[in-house]
Amino acid sequence: MDAFVNTPQPEVITMDLRADIKDLNFYYGQFQAIKAVNLPIVDRKVTAMIGPSGCGKSTLLRCMNRMHDLYAGNRYEGEIRLFPENINIVGADVDPMYVRLRIGMVFQKPNPFPKSIYENVAAGLLIRGITQKAVLDEHVERALRQAALWDEAKDRLKKSAYELSGGQQQRLCIARALAPEPDILLLDEPTSALDPIATARIEELILDIGKHTTIVIVTHNMQQAARISDFTAFMHMGNMVEYSPTDTMFTKPREKRTLEYITGRFG
Amino acid sequence: MQTHSRLTLSQTQAARLVNKAKFVDGSFLWLGRVILLGTLLVLATLILDFVIDGLPRIDWAFMTNFPSRNAGSAGILSSWVGSALVMFVTAWLAVPLGVAAGVYLEEYAPNNWFTNLIEINVNNLAGVPSIIYGLLALGLFVQSFQMGQTILVAGITLALLILPIIIVSTRESIRAIPRELREASYGLGADQWQTIRMFILPAARPGILTGMIVGLSRAIGETAPLITIGALTFIAFLPPAPVAIEHGLWFNFPSVNLDWINSPFTALPIQMFNWISRPQAAFHVNAAATGVILLGLTLLMNGAAIYIRYKLRKNMK
Repeated sequence: MDAFVNTPQPEVITMDLRADIKDLNFYYGQFQAIKAVNLPIVDRKVTAMIGPSGCGKSTLLRCMNRMHDLYAGNRYEGEIRLFPENINIVGADVDPMYVRLRIGMVFQKPNPFPKSIYENVAAGLLIRGITQKAVLDEHVERALRQAALWDEAKDRLKKSAYELSGGQQQRLCIARALAPEPDILLLDEPTSALDPIATARIEELILDIGKHTTIVIVTHNMQQAARISDFTAFMHMGNMVEYSPTDTMFTKPREKRTLEYITGRFG
Repeated sequence: MQTHSRLTLSQTQAARLVNKAKFVDGSFLWLGRVILLGTLLVLATLILDFVIDGLPRIDWAFMTNFPSRNAGSAGILSSWVGSALVMFVTAWLAVPLGVAAGVYLEEYAPNNWFTNLIEINVNNLAGVPSIIYGLLALGLFVQSFQMGQTILVAGITLALLILPIIIVSTRESIRAIPRELREASYGLGADQWQTIRMFILPAARPGILTGMIVGLSRAIGETAPLITIGALTFIAFLPPAPVAIEHGLWFNFPSVNLDWINSPFTALPIQMFNWISRPQAAFHVNAAATGVILLGLTLLMNGAAIYIRYKLRKNMK
């Protein structure tokens, strides 16, 4: 059995879904990178996507905020339903901008804007037409506190974001994505460019934010998935092989391929 | 199984290879140095010659006098004012148009044969001899549109001339922006115009400013197109002042008028050309002095370009 069969686990059924990926296919031109994937995204939980390089986990994540629409020749088939409205966010009738206003993203490499720390965090609010200084100040402070960066940044909000260290820059990017209060926060291997100490801080942060925000994180690090996620999805060659609560996944995987991957026999 | 000869080098063979490599590198290094030195010497001689002839001639009177039949009392007032005004018009036309065209081609234009055609033509336009632009302006603006031989026509002509430079540098600096920056902006829900205005243009600013100044410093030295459209070579008056302040009973708000734009003009390179073609040696000294001013201006503008680029880059990374 290649594709994950759409039979959600009992634990899942009782929980609210924030999004539901249904029979999703995705093509880069002729190449099919995502093959009939099903995946529920549970509300206010952390869902991790793991799998070997090239398995399609980042591609799937980038489907969720329509990043692929920036480049020509990409095509979606199937559905990603976003709740509570129950709309198909990869549908042709939904504008990618609408999706990105609802679903925030943090990228692999820290990518702050060449602007001040304050302007970076305020960017998402300015884009949404919020310009009153008091409102901006309040949200910038809150987002920086959520990203555990307030103490380090509060005295140099007007300084360039490039003066921060790599780990601080990535936390700034998390604050920037959190400031407009997204429905879902997508994290695309957010610690792969960071040292172990900075990684640990980001992991703590994800655990913290995950208590009240729906998070989907792609990681190549299985220990990371085990440490910070509530649910784990294992992908291989564009297929969703297995989706389980994280505890089950790392102790009693159902599929042979999952077992082989998590015990390090390939990947 | 076939046997093959061993490739292991003996010590002497290896040493011979090292020596050969050292010899080739060394020869190229010295060849490069000699050529570079030769080129710089020629340039230095040229500039030094100018400066020795011209620098002593530059004084306050030279800057504030109109041209005259008497070389000793002739000055460059009308020509530097003319150059400044023409540059002003050129900058205001070429920069907005060039940046807008660059942004369109890079961000909005569909990727098809028509866009490619425009692209190739813009690149080729950068290499068209400047006198062709002069002929175009003479036929179109001066003769067909009857606009006269004015500052406006000169400004438009030079703007057309440097437009490709500005378009190309705008495109290159936009293209150099990392894809991560774009994705960060779109990822926050920004639309295309917000992305361009808030992030792309600010990040591309050093490159755009450099292109603008390189373009303008090319324009300031252009002679052929201005002579072609019929710029005057002997002007003993200034264009109407752009800002007039009247003092009445009360101080009046300065009134701005654009009459100067339709005024005849002369420019620094034209003045220089005119003086060089005279037989009297005293005028040649004037020409050299004008040349020093022109060189100084070009140096100053390029220096500004380098400084701005350095300053903005430092803020960016």
